[in-house]
Amino acid sequence: MNELPLLSALVAVPLIGAVVVASIKRENAAVARWTALGFAGAVAVITALVALGFDYGDDAPWLQFTESYTWISAWDLDLSWGIDGIALLLVALTAGLTPIAMLAAWRDLDAVQRSVPAFFALVLALEAAMLATFLASNVLLFYFFFEAMLVPMYFLIGSYGTGPKKQYAAVKFFLYSLLGGLLMLVAVIALWVNNGGVFDWATLVESEPLEAGTLQNWLFLGFFVAFAIKAPFFPFHTWLPDAGGAAPAAVAALLVGVMDKIGTFAILRYCIPLFPDATKTFAPWVIGMSVIGVIYAAFVAIGQTDLKRLVAYTSIAHFGFIGLGIFAFTSESATGAVLYMFNHGLATGLLFIVVGFLTLRRGSAQIKDYGGAAKTLPLLAGIFLFAGLASLSLPGTAPFISEFLVLFGAFTENEPVAVVAALGIILAAAYVLWMYQRTMQGDRNPALDEVPAMKRDLTLREKALVAPLVIAILGFGFYPQPLIDAIEPAVDNTLGFVADDPAELPMGVSNE
Amino acid sequence: MSESTAVTIDWAGLAPLVIVFAAAFVGLLAEATVPKSRRLPVQVALAVAALAAAFVAVVLNADKSGTVFALDGVAIGSVVIDGPGLFLQGTIAILSIVAVLLLAERRTVRGGDFVAEAAVVADSAADLEQRREDGATEIFPLTLFAVTGMMMFVTSGDLLTMFVALEMLSLPLYLLCGLAKRRRLISQEAALKYFLLGAFASAFYVYGMAMLYGFAGTVDLAGINAAGVGSGQPRMFLYIGVAMIAVALLFKAAAVPFHMWTPDVYTGAPTPVTALMAACVKVAAFGGLLRVFNVGLSSSAWDWHLILTVIAVATMIGGAIFAVTQRNIKRLLAYSSIANAGYLLIGVIALGDAVGQTMFYLAAYGFTVIAAFAVVSLVRDGDEEATHLARWAGLGKKSPGTAVVFTILMLALAGLPFTSGFTAKFSLFAAALQADELGLVIVGVVSSAILAFPYLRVVVLLWLNEPAPDAPTVNLPSPMAGTVVAAGVAATLILGVAPGFLLDIVDQASTFLNT
Repeated sequence: MNELPLLSALVAVPLIGAVVVASIKRENAAVARWTALGFAGAVAVITALVALGFDYGDDAPWLQFTESYTWISAWDLDLSWGIDGIALLLVALTAGLTPIAMLAAWRDLDAVQRSVPAFFALVLALEAAMLATFLASNVLLFYFFFEAMLVPMYFLIGSYGTGPKKQYAAVKFFLYSLLGGLLMLVAVIALWVNNGGVFDWATLVESEPLEAGTLQNWLFLGFFVAFAIKAPFFPFHTWLPDAGGAAPAAVAALLVGVMDKIGTFAILRYCIPLFPDATKTFAPWVIGMSVIGVIYAAFVAIGQTDLKRLVAYTSIAHFGFIGLGIFAFTSESATGAVLYMFNHGLATGLLFIVVGFLTLRRGSAQIKDYGGAAKTLPLLAGIFLFAGLASLSLPGTAPFISEFLVLFGAFTENEPVAVVAALGIILAAAYVLWMYQRTMQGDRNPALDEVPAMKRDLTLREKALVAPLVIAILGFGFYPQPLIDAIEPAVDNTLGFVADDPAELPMGVSNE
Repeated sequence: MSESTAVTIDWAGLAPLVIVFAAAFVGLLAEATVPKSRRLPVQVALAVAALAAAFVAVVLNADKSGTVFALDGVAIGSVVIDGPGLFLQGTIAILSIVAVLLLAERRTVRGGDFVAEAAVVADSAADLEQRREDGATEIFPLTLFAVTGMMMFVTSGDLLTMFVALEMLSLPLYLLCGLAKRRRLISQEAALKYFLLGAFASAFYVYGMAMLYGFAGTVDLAGINAAGVGSGQPRMFLYIGVAMIAVALLFKAAAVPFHMWTPDVYTGAPTPVTALMAACVKVAAFGGLLRVFNVGLSSSAWDWHLILTVIAVATMIGGAIFAVTQRNIKRLLAYSSIANAGYLLIGVIALGDAVGQTMFYLAAYGFTVIAAFAVVSLVRDGDEEATHLARWAGLGKKSPGTAVVFTILMLALAGLPFTSGFTAKFSLFAAALQADELGLVIVGVVSSAILAFPYLRVVVLLWLNEPAPDAPTVNLPSPMAGTVVAAGVAATLILGVAPGFLLDIVDQASTFLNT
């Protein structure tokens, strides 16, 4: 137990912030904005404290900063938190991206006549729930927040979204996720019934896993389908283009940049250690799905006419890479997959935010409404291209490292799969560059000159909020070592459960 | 010989029933003696005080386990005091207090939602006359009679006592259903429908009781259970008897295919009465089901397990699917109550493993649904309730407070974490899995997912749609209805966030006394 309950604070601060901001009167929009940003900043500061105190050594315990408070003893449900290297990266991503998304949405709401305090309160509530899923070290506690997170996101899409299909998209998102969550609930309960009533993650991982066989396979599927919907993996992805297309761009950045990572994070945290045999049984299928996802989503992305939907589809392709990296079970590929989760959050987050700048100016997300826009918006066009190139994993940007690691690791395990997946890189170049070309280059769309906003390049606020992302993408592109140091021990611990050589057992997980 | 017929009565054990029953009679007297202007406060105070006293009496009995009546020191199991019985009595008492407060609401509708005479021809001169008068206060004694029946129903140790209780809880309800001040004809239709079908159900019950008596030679539940393994009578009597008793009980519980009355009666009855039925009668009906199947029929579980499973599946799926197509909020809640009956049936089928969890579910659901109906009674188009869902569009804009409350209730019914809906479903499904009912749990989960859609559509309407220019107003509730909503929402949230205390209570109270 550390001296300060930092992880509890990470969940509590945004939650309190949500309540405080929600109680601000609707007329005081500016107060609400700054208060919300203040709370999000406090979360970022606490995250920095955690990162500084984190033990990056190979011999460090799996979960650090552990805390535990009894909640409902009849169910072995404790408020227990703990953080490993993988979670640390994702917490940092969440804590960093949330204030940026807030800044990105700073003025968006002026046009839509919706309550500003409610919007920022929902974003803070969403941040609290997302952080809680990364920090929970109790299966049921994780489930609580995994489900509760749907509510703020549902309202953010349905109430603050754009386009005629926003309600449809919000309901589709909610029902898809709820169905996955409820199937997971059956598996959660069955796990509890079959292991003598234990939900504590560390206890579960240290004890003998369930016997390999039917039960473990079904439990794995119960968990996996929920996470595959969340991620989303092909063929569970159909909600994402609708949700990503309808959500406000800043929210879409959080949705795709952070929330979807909970699916892949949970596969690493729960599916592999709790159901190692079933994980190995289903690995070929998951790899197959991942590769299909990479190729299929890339093709569909090429054909999109809506910028936000296009970016959403690129993400589905990227999640294929992450799935491939995890289920190839090599240290390089899994490390690459986790790094991919982080880098994808940066790159796609940036891409969504820039698309948000564009659509707010033009009032449309349709690609055909643009054309030659770079002439009046040189800086915005530059950032747009940069985000696109990062998203296609150009060497020198952070995503390149992760994609390389994934493919390298996968290649040592399974050459044909890696070769097919590598085609995804070429397709990525196609959809990104063609998107850029159709919107920014070529003949100028005369309609653009009628929109005064299309002549206003990046404002100071916009520059300030994309700068950290650009710096991070470039910085981690050249020097990813700190990130790799953070995630490697946790990845090795996780992969120890599915190692072919039984001697490579994972190290102890508890902090005692 | 005097000592050979010495009947001993455990008055403390009987106290909850006696208190409510006596208060009902006092209430009748008050109708005759108290001046009209003062009747309402007197009746409400009397009813609430009696129910609160009954609750205290239940709590004082907490550790008791035994029969109320004994003949020469030999227990007679007509009224049984045991953990489940006491817990359910207490739940009914508390929920009834909440329902009585809703019945007493007078600010939203001038003079209340009730007329004095159900049988007057709708829209006749006499009917128009009585509609102009202030609401009837006979509803309070009637409610107390019904509550007495419910509290007796869950503590009956033999089928005969249970039948008396069944009639006692049903007859006042038939009448209450027909007392709505608005839409008289629909209200009368609901009452008649409920009465006719209820009378059928009662007939089934009596016939089934006769069959079981023929099989076991007793109407005592424990005796029937013993006969289930040892009787030399043809087993066909048992099958027919179980089937018929089950039809009657499942009718009250609103399980498919005995649910047909539910949407019509829920819609036609005055909303406070609907709330009473959805919360308290549900508790009583499932209390009875739990007792009959656990105490009386557990030895013959193999004989009824399959058919009850089929009914549970049909109820869960049927209720959820029909709920999807509803456009009227009261009908939507009616079908949702049918689907919830399906989940509760899982608890009945799981027998001893799930008694406590089923009771927890009943308490949690009761509070949520009573608050939901209370909110329905507040959203009004002029004089009438705006029950058509389209009229609720954009309520979040005009009355954010009400919309927040209703959203919480809808999310609780959908079973989201941090609400009682989740804790109740979780503990019930966990208990069912422990009893190896995986199939039923999966159906339950799928049904919950389907059912989430109609709830969500209500939330969409509340928040994401624009209000119509002539949108209904939300009447500011009087302290009465305000208390109802507050209590329901508070219970929904407390049982969702800190359910530990109630889980402990139901855990301790989950063993039936097998006299």
